[in-house]
Amino acid sequence: MPEATRTFSSGEAVLLVAGREVRTKLRSKAYIITTVATVVLLIGFALVMKLVSGGSDATVGVTPQNAALAEPLKAVSSSIGQNVDTREVSEQDGRDQVADESVDALLVGQGDQLRVVVKKDIDENLRNALNVLAGQLALNQEIAQLGGDPAQVNATMAEAEVLVEPLEEPFPYDPQQLVLGIIAGILIYMSLQFTGQLVAQGVVEEKSSRVVELLLSTITPWQLMAGKVLGIGFVGFLQMAVIGGFGVAAALALGVLTIAVSTAVGTVVWLVVWYLLGFLMYSLLFAGLAALVSRQEDVGGVISPALMMVIAGYVVGISVLPTDPGNTLVGVLSIIPLFAPTLMPMRLAMGGVPWWEAALSVGLVVVLIPVLVWLAGRIYANAVMRSGARVKLTDALRTA
Amino acid sequence: MGDGRLEVDAISKRYGDVVALRDTTFDVRAGELFGFVGSNGAGKTTTMRIALGVLAADSGAVRWDGSPVTLETRRHIGYMPEERGLYPKMKVGEQLVYLARLHGLSASAAQRSMTDWTERLGVATRRDDDVQNLSLGNQQRVQLAAALVHNPSILVLDEPFSGLDPIAVEVMSGVLLDKAAEGIPVVFSSHQLDLVERLCHRVGIIRGGQMVAVGTVDELSAGGATEMVVDAPHAPEGWANGLAGVTVRRREGARTVLELGQGADDQAVLAAALATGPVTEFSRRRQSLTELYRNVVNQEAS
Repeated sequence: MPEATRTFSSGEAVLLVAGREVRTKLRSKAYIITTVATVVLLIGFALVMKLVSGGSDATVGVTPQNAALAEPLKAVSSSIGQNVDTREVSEQDGRDQVADESVDALLVGQGDQLRVVVKKDIDENLRNALNVLAGQLALNQEIAQLGGDPAQVNATMAEAEVLVEPLEEPFPYDPQQLVLGIIAGILIYMSLQFTGQLVAQGVVEEKSSRVVELLLSTITPWQLMAGKVLGIGFVGFLQMAVIGGFGVAAALALGVLTIAVSTAVGTVVWLVVWYLLGFLMYSLLFAGLAALVSRQEDVGGVISPALMMVIAGYVVGISVLPTDPGNTLVGVLSIIPLFAPTLMPMRLAMGGVPWWEAALSVGLVVVLIPVLVWLAGRIYANAVMRSGARVKLTDALRTA
Repeated sequence: MGDGRLEVDAISKRYGDVVALRDTTFDVRAGELFGFVGSNGAGKTTTMRIALGVLAADSGAVRWDGSPVTLETRRHIGYMPEERGLYPKMKVGEQLVYLARLHGLSASAAQRSMTDWTERLGVATRRDDDVQNLSLGNQQRVQLAAALVHNPSILVLDEPFSGLDPIAVEVMSGVLLDKAAEGIPVVFSSHQLDLVERLCHRVGIIRGGQMVAVGTVDELSAGGATEMVVDAPHAPEGWANGLAGVTVRRREGARTVLELGQGADDQAVLAAALATGPVTEFSRRRQSLTELYRNVVNQEAS
């Protein structure tokens, strides 16, 4: 076969198709809005976390007669996980401040009997703290009457604690990393859904508008499919990188994330790796399946089996992992390629994943992708020109 | 070899039990406008799709310039599919540049060509509009521009005239004639037989997946019977009876329509007519493509 004058490589064709996808998608309102909204949401979340963790749970006014109780109150509160601020005020000012809610309670009365003034009712946690403090005061009094030194008894009591001997050293999950894992799961789930549907809709758009016949008269079905998947994949990757980058940067800058920067960056890198793997895997499935139908209304139905896998992985992960990050079932599922893209990044962000599990799950997906390329390419090539009724999967797999 | 001909050589195609094409063979010469006619479902679209590689033939070959058509050659074909289609939400100009580039043009050449063709086809002011916001007529013009924007060396157009207003038909005809005059083979299908007869150098008639006639309209009508119209005002009923090879078709007032079989002598007819008195009209009527088509299709059906 003689070469024509203009040569045009397969790669160029794929890049041209991908370029069109990137240009049109980056300009689409839906894409810009979801990206900006997610970034804003994440930064807002970081701000809220900062406000919540930085401030105190309650502020208690203390009259000058009770000033000595301020320190013990703080100590007792922190021992039950409450962060209480105290402020010394005269009784009259204190009552005014309780009334206008600038303090939550005012400690009044004399020495041994604790009394607080509150506006309507007292916060349950604050009541617990004050009850413990009252008990402490009573105990101190008894010890002093028995001739002991309350300070020494308290010190001894503080040191007494049970010794735990674990047979297996548990992984010390950092609560911040758990939150990070949940966010990673939500992001990858959203992104796989969004980009996967873009691929499916793009395939059907070409089919329903019949432009596919014009395209296939100059490029092969495979080039068209590959270009589409690559283009939309890049757009999704960009979104993921922007969201992940802004989110982590905001959290670190605001001091909400106190984990090491390397761990945070590691989470983002894993997130991007798993997004790419998951996207390639699922978008190929979506492209092949979407080629079976000719109308946008039918896209949802035809891709739902594949979409269910994404949703199942996400739902299992989000409902089990936050309370039980070491769950065995989830551990096994996270290695199976269909569920790995949603579950593995969550586990990786939470930490404590043995290296071989991480490597095995990546390896399995990497092996599966060429198989999917072949399978999806075959379905796509056989079905994309058949408009009208939905093409049966078995027909599409047979040679045309 | 090397004559720029587009040859369709014995292609066959079946869909399950249905035979769509059976040894379909014809060629379109460089610089020729070839009309492809046939009823719906006769195999026109299937033939064109196979020529474009959008569909694979079961057997047979499509050649251009002596060599089989490959993906590389197809980039030089301008194609207008029967099922019109462009990206509805893409701008006209951008879309044409994209299609030109997919056919191998450089970015700058694609841009230039897009500018030329949108001007020539009268859609230059709509370049920045989405295709879906164009009128049907303008969408057709953009569709034609899409077939021409990469300066093709072959044109294959499926029903290019359907749905066009009379002005657009003129524009389209002009473009097709110009392209053929540039020396490229142009093939198009149509149901508008008078248009095909007026424009095309040669026609091909397909029926039930088989080419039943290929040639110029004159060639195709040559083999068949010839019609003659004779206007002899004083001629009595049955004046032409008994002339060798001549059948009287009908009488239209004073005019008689005769059919002359093979070897019949038209001068004998004239003499017989003059014998009845004055003759004011004596003309040979060439069969139109419409009549030819009807004959061919009916002949096959019986």
